[in-house]
Amino acid sequence: MQSISDLMAEAPLLDGMDQTSFDLLAGCAQNVHYGEDQLVLTEGGPADHFYLIRKGNVFVEVDLPGRGGVVLEALGPGDVLGVSWLIPPYKNTFDARAGGEVSAIRFDAVCIRTKCDADPALGYSMYQRFSGVIRQRLQSARIRLLDLYSLNVD
Amino acid sequence: MTPLVHRVVDRHVESDEVVTLAIAARDAGIDPPEPGQFNMLWSFGVGEAPISLAGIEGDVLLHSIRRVGAVTNTLCDLQVGDELGLRGPYGTGWSCNDLGSGDAVVVAGGLGLVPVRPLIDSLVDSGERRVVLLVGARTPEGLLYADDMDRWADSGVDVQTTVDVGTEGWRGNVGLVTMLVERAEFDASDTIAYVCGPEVMMRFAAVALVDRGVAAPSIELSLERNMHCAVGHCGHCQIGPHFVCKDGPVISWDRSEPLLRVRSL
Ligand SMILES: Cc1cc2nc3c(=O)[nH]c(=O)nc-3n(C[C@H](O)[C@H](O)[C@H](O)COP(=O)(O)OP(=O)(O)OC[C@H]3O[C@@H](n4cnc5c(N)ncnc54)[C@H](O)[C@@H]3O)c2cc1C
Ligand code: FES
Repeated sequence: MQSISDLMAEAPLLDGMDQTSFDLLAGCAQNVHYGEDQLVLTEGGPADHFYLIRKGNVFVEVDLPGRGGVVLEALGPGDVLGVSWLIPPYKNTFDARAGGEVSAIRFDAVCIRTKCDADPALGYSMYQRFSGVIRQRLQSARIRLLDLYSLNVD
Repeated sequence: MTPLVHRVVDRHVESDEVVTLAIAARDAGIDPPEPGQFNMLWSFGVGEAPISLAGIEGDVLLHSIRRVGAVTNTLCDLQVGDELGLRGPYGTGWSCNDLGSGDAVVVAGGLGLVPVRPLIDSLVDSGERRVVLLVGARTPEGLLYADDMDRWADSGVDVQTTVDVGTEGWRGNVGLVTMLVERAEFDASDTIAYVCGPEVMMRFAAVALVDRGVAAPSIELSLERNMHCAVGHCGHCQIGPHFVCKDGPVISWDRSEPLLRVRSL
């Protein structure tokens, strides 16, 4: 059976992380599984976890009156789920739902925030890595706002 | 330069905006176009528009046309038996002959799936390269050629789709097509990539391919500029030192990047 460190070693987010920081994170990590349609994050709920998806897809959704859950982004293996744990008031902005069987590494955000406060090198590394994720999502959202595929854009 | 009279022999409504016409020459026809080339389609009394080859079936040419203005609207309204003018083929095609082994990654956004449709058929027929097709559209309804995508998937093509806006019931990918480039499985060191879609999408897709390790000269883009003559005379389609009608529309990323980075060119 693979240890949590073995599973973490496969995650792109943690590529090249120094061993001390990696081990500190491993102490806050757990391997978890979700079934189809199970809510992983709830809008407005406490952002006390983030996830590195290993298998399956997770849909980041917003519930629209009369339309149900509309998918804003589909995340897959290797992707990070949850960035609100980094920024006060630590509340989830959207729902996230398993699109089928999902396996992920779940990190306890309170545990990691405490370790980041105590160890600035770990804190800096986490902010750098999550900045990359946020930059990528922001870029994707901005380009999609252009509505490139509709008329009169080019 | 003189359009030859052609006749609509079949017509398929792809979506609210897009119609595919199957067209055959009434008398003499044009030379068979290569994947990536385009023809000038002439709606009598209205005008001409450059339209890419969407496929060839014997002597019949397929063209998929989106309604955006006067010419494309009247072309989309043509019915079986109606006539139109056609001249071509024009421009450069995709590199798709004698490619050898390795991977072929096709990235298409929106109507950009049209010019790569015959390319994918040719890649599948040759069987030389493993084919990965990454398609983006605004909504699930905007994904063209659903039957073809099933057919390609059945032939071993790795078909991945994504939409900007997931409408109700959609359980596929939602996000930019560049996300698919980051995730797809291919050997970047031995890949030829073909990119077609709105220009901004092509720029970001090309950058994502380079970030994955694909060499810039191995990334081909299909550029779009307004055209008039289509034979390199009028200058309407000029982009830097190139005429898109003659030197393009298919131009590699190492040559097109400097041009596409010039504002408003
Ligand atoms: C090499 C090449 C290949 C092409 N292949 C295809 C194809 O396979 N199928 C197809 O449907 N179209 C294709 N086009 C685009 C097509 O030629 C234009 O949509 C057409 O010329 C518009 O003519 P129109 O008279 O209908 O509209 P116009 O009256 O010229 O334009 C009407 C409105 O639509 C806008 N518009 C014009 N062209 C576009 C465009 N391409 N995208 C978004 N908005 C636009 C204009 O800005 C204007 O506001 C291709 C263009 C090129 C250069
Ligand atoms: S359209 Fe006339 S030069 Fe290209």
